[in-house]
Amino acid sequence: MAKSQISLSVNGKTVEALVEPRTLLIHFLREQLMLTGPHIGCETSHCGACTVDLDGKSVKSCTMFAVQANGADVRTIEGMAAADGSLHVLQEAFREMHGLQCGFCTPGMITRAYRLLQENPSPSEDEIRMGISGNLCRCTGYQNIVKAIQYAAAKISGVPFREAAE
Amino acid sequence: MIPGAFTYHRPTSVAEAVGLLTDLGEDARPLAGGHSLIPMMKLRLATPAHLIDLAGLKDLKGVSTDGNDVVIGAMTTQHELIGNDLLAGKVPLLREVSLMIADPQVRYVGTLGGNVANGDPGNDMPAVMMCLGATYEVAGKGGKRRIAAREFYQGAYFTALEPGEIVTAIRIPAPPAGHGCAYEKLKRKVGDYATAAAAVVLTTSGGRVASCSIGLTNVAETPLWAEEAARILNGSALDVATVKKAVAAAEAITSPASDRRGTPQYRTKMAGVMLTRALARAKSRAGS
Amino acid sequence: MNDQTPTSAQRAEALQGMGCRRKRVEDIRFVQGKGNYVDDLKLPGMLYGDLVRSPHAHARVKKIDTSKAAAVPGVVAVITAETLKTVNLAWMPTLAGDVQMVLADGKVLFQNQEVAFVIAESREAAADGVDLVEVEYEQLPCNVDPLKAMAADAPVIREDIKDKKEGAHGPRKHYNHVFSWAAGDKAATDAAFAKAEVTIKELIVYPRVHPCPLETCQCVASFDKIKGELTLWGTFQAPHVIRTVGSLISKIPEHKIHVIAPDIGGGFGNKVGAYSGYICAIVASIVTGRPVKWVEDRIENLSTTAFARDFHMETEIACTKDGKVLGLRCYTIADHGAFDACANATKWPAGLFSIISGSYDFPVAHCLVDGVYTNKAPGGVAYRCSFRVTEAAYAVERAMDIMAQKLGMDPAEFRLKNLIRREQFPYTSAFGWQYDSGDYHTALNKAVETVGYRKLREEQKAKQEAFRRGETREVMGIGVAFFTEIVGAGPSRNCDILGIAMFDSAEIRIHPTGTGICRLGTKSQGQGHETTYAQIIASELGIAADNITVEEGNTDTAPYGLGTYGSRSTPVSGAATAMACRKIKAKAQMIAAYMLEVHDDDLEWDIDRFRVKGNPERHKTMTELAWAAYHEVPPGMEPGLEAVNYYDPPNFTFPFGAYICVVDIDVDTGESKVRRFYALDDCGTRINPMIIEGQIHGGLTEAFGIAMGQEIHYDADGNVTTASLMDYFLPTAVETPRWETDWTTTPSPHHPIGAKGVGESPNVGGVPCFSNAVNDAFKFLGSTHIQMPHDAWRTWSAAEKLGLHG
Repeated sequence: MAKSQISLSVNGKTVEALVEPRTLLIHFLREQLMLTGPHIGCETSHCGACTVDLDGKSVKSCTMFAVQANGADVRTIEGMAAADGSLHVLQEAFREMHGLQCGFCTPGMITRAYRLLQENPSPSEDEIRMGISGNLCRCTGYQNIVKAIQYAAAKISGVPFREAAE
Repeated sequence: MIPGAFTYHRPTSVAEAVGLLTDLGEDARPLAGGHSLIPMMKLRLATPAHLIDLAGLKDLKGVSTDGNDVVIGAMTTQHELIGNDLLAGKVPLLREVSLMIADPQVRYVGTLGGNVANGDPGNDMPAVMMCLGATYEVAGKGGKRRIAAREFYQGAYFTALEPGEIVTAIRIPAPPAGHGCAYEKLKRKVGDYATAAAAVVLTTSGGRVASCSIGLTNVAETPLWAEEAARILNGSALDVATVKKAVAAAEAITSPASDRRGTPQYRTKMAGVMLTRALARAKSRAGS
Repeated sequence: MNDQTPTSAQRAEALQGMGCRRKRVEDIRFVQGKGNYVDDLKLPGMLYGDLVRSPHAHARVKKIDTSKAAAVPGVVAVITAETLKTVNLAWMPTLAGDVQMVLADGKVLFQNQEVAFVIAESREAAADGVDLVEVEYEQLPCNVDPLKAMAADAPVIREDIKDKKEGAHGPRKHYNHVFSWAAGDKAATDAAFAKAEVTIKELIVYPRVHPCPLETCQCVASFDKIKGELTLWGTFQAPHVIRTVGSLISKIPEHKIHVIAPDIGGGFGNKVGAYSGYICAIVASIVTGRPVKWVEDRIENLSTTAFARDFHMETEIACTKDGKVLGLRCYTIADHGAFDACANATKWPAGLFSIISGSYDFPVAHCLVDGVYTNKAPGGVAYRCSFRVTEAAYAVERAMDIMAQKLGMDPAEFRLKNLIRREQFPYTSAFGWQYDSGDYHTALNKAVETVGYRKLREEQKAKQEAFRRGETREVMGIGVAFFTEIVGAGPSRNCDILGIAMFDSAEIRIHPTGTGICRLGTKSQGQGHETTYAQIIASELGIAADNITVEEGNTDTAPYGLGTYGSRSTPVSGAATAMACRKIKAKAQMIAAYMLEVHDDDLEWDIDRFRVKGNPERHKTMTELAWAAYHEVPPGMEPGLEAVNYYDPPNFTFPFGAYICVVDIDVDTGESKVRRFYALDDCGTRINPMIIEGQIHGGLTEAFGIAMGQEIHYDADGNVTTASLMDYFLPTAVETPRWETDWTTTPSPHHPIGAKGVGESPNVGGVPCFSNAVNDAFKFLGSTHIQMPHDAWRTWSAAEKLGLHG
């Protein structure tokens, strides 16, 4: 099958590549660009472990062909930290609040949380839960993920974070 | 997980897209948001030899008005619908429904055109469009035409679209100011298709129903426009007895599939329960 | 000493030892997407393997034509059972003493069973090859109902053992029978039932479910032809067991097999045993001389890998009329699918099911389990079950509620009346288990107090009256569950896996500069071992947790262990860690005595140092002693500072808990909304409260999924109808309730640090709590038992049967 030439920006760097049309964006990222942060947890577009940020949208990269991302600006978890290596406030927050256990959903979850806070910088708890409803987690029961996002939102807005008593 | 091989096309005009679809015939499928088609391709339940990506068709984007009609480009995403203030003002039902479709990621990419044109009985927008009396603008090799939503759905994955045709826009007559609307969707969890759902748009006058339209989702092979149930409610005060009669009429036209969402008996009853709740909510929002 | 000298409290805090909410070490890489999971691995020349699977639940395989598949560009080879027979691997032994087809050998016995393995240069070519393998099947009648498995005319599932009257666990009474296993005193129990004033009997079914970790099962096999050595990376909760079993079945010497379990994306018991994909990948690597990667997809995972439960338990309780339990009896049919691949300890074909007398003082009890074969996937022990403890807890907790209802007693009161009392510990149950410690009444009373139980019952009563008057269409349920589980497998006299005793290990080496490394035979899949084992070491040795690296999963370097499942890591390897530390500490003490020129007994331990009794300014810190160990040891002593401990636990441990749940149910849709969930857990010594809370949240969320909608369902033709995440209910953040956690601490007297383990408690106690809550909501209308899962349509159907829909 003839390959297509694509050119896109990934984590701030321009990438040129040849892909088969049927190559899924998640496979392109993981196998050709060696960005193994986003993961694959299902083949029916339910789990969200593959979530990336594409042109300002949270997208399940398993449900898109790499050719569709031609010309796009893609960010993965690998692009969250600053150039000097300091962690994004969300990455710190997930650690601070124990918002992860096995780590498999975490890249997709943090990438989604990033866009969620761009959409809505001060989400309520219910808004957070709806906001991450496309990301499944089997380990944490979501409670500490919600806390992590609240912590990050507070930090970004410069307001004090008050942890709700359990 | 891995789709079959295909040739990828990215036309830059509707005419080009239609040309490709017509020439390639059954071997080709249009690609809108892809969140219905690509999962099927990954399971190899769909194996098109050609994909015609509609993402390059800028004409198919955007929300505008044309007289009393609101016209929405078929490639408008659910996310764009949710954020559109014109729609929020003129057809508030749409935002409510969009927010119940799938999850945030799918809504960023999934299109209104894809949701209405697929013929999947599980999609939410078709019954809503039937309820609103919408019309689909369609382009094909033979030119343009319009198909009423109420005449569009023929069976599961069977629509009135001819080979080579695509939906280019969805035209909705804006409901009158002061109308009440609601979409009640029973589902197993966020993001699921409806176990049963009911869309209601009504107007009241002096406490009585002046007009009423009802759509039902996922309780038959096609979305349903419950014409008889609505007729029964016209002129009533939505009293318990009349609502019960309308619910019976709605239940009577359902023939739900049996799946893990429940037995057909349950789903029919739930269509009735959703209708009852949608009517109550729509009434509470109605202006007069 | 001056103002700058840290106080002992400050020194202790700086260690980040046991009891503190130490932030996790593993998070640093995970939040940056730098975890190292199996599918992240890419080796030069690596090939991809994919499986052809049967669409039929039961069929003869008449013909397999691989020619079209082999002709796909990029396909390197296609393996079938015929290929595997040449290396005697068409069948493999299971952990339960049975044998299992690796690839279909003349027959397929469950839908999606493995039939052929396509090996190719790319995933795409492998998938294309799978599509083109042509298999001719002759369908056979199938049976997916375990209650019909032993009918006289039931289809024969296992032709290979059809005439075998003896199975791995004793006599077989039918060609579809796997084993019979019984425990307790039948005669005494039957006698108690015969004279009892009140009895209840209910068929309590725990449906088939699946652990569904977010990462599926996968491996990379790389056979080095030149060295004759196999390296196998994989999702293995028990890497050493995989190595030993791998050696036994492949005949590659064990020292030439290197098994590496890297980061694992959740296990929950799904990743203990060996799967066809692993064996095929190994054979493919041997045949091609190249590394071979096999990654299953989600539908494959849900429909063919280790399922959980499928226990059909006819449960009975005998009681006096004022509510004192007299006896417990249970007959269970256990659906094992087509092969008995249960990951149980050898002598326990029904696992630790005889914990079913639970937390109550049953004077006598008896249970009998019959395992049967059906046309379903193999497995059974998984999903935070502690070897069938979840099934046992569910049965007894539902049965206790049913009995309370019959007696007209409040479920909490009935439990308080029958819980084993503190003074009775150590307590020997009617099944012979010695529960080491417990304070059950304190726990249940604390739970009842904290949630305001009395007020909730008053509210419920008022709501029931409102329902009867037609003022509301909602009913309210309050679920109570009290559980005792048995974990930490286990003592060698009781527990072995294929003959290997279930000890576990820790090997600690302290470096000259006072930091160190600890390697263990367990394997975390998210439980935070890199963080918590270091906390134990910090408290024991006075070395900061940040200065200890913890490693698991590489069988070349880690001491032998039986892996992580069944909440065994803390009870067994946690103990080994403490014991290894104590060996090191004892040696350090001798070095200190030598350096300080005092007798060993003149020294006392002070957080991070040995000091001379009565003269605390003369001391040696562990850091100083580490340095000294490498050059200044007493004459006759070996240099270095390290120790290994293989710990054979003297007993299991018995964590317990009291859970209370409030649920509001919409009678007209059947939807349940969890208003409140309170979980009090006693896991003995709490090493890291933050991690414990996380485990409880996660386990309760799994329990919620199970109770409220999960099911691996087969239709009458043997089709799995819930094989994808469309239909297998995994709750999102929206459905998942908020969890309230609490605790009491009753240390285990036999464990070196008093810890009991906690990972599985929430699944053990959570499911009965949810189910009791839903059942409780309908009691006032005459309902006694509604089957799980309590999804909307089933709850609605129960309401319909009660005539609630007018």
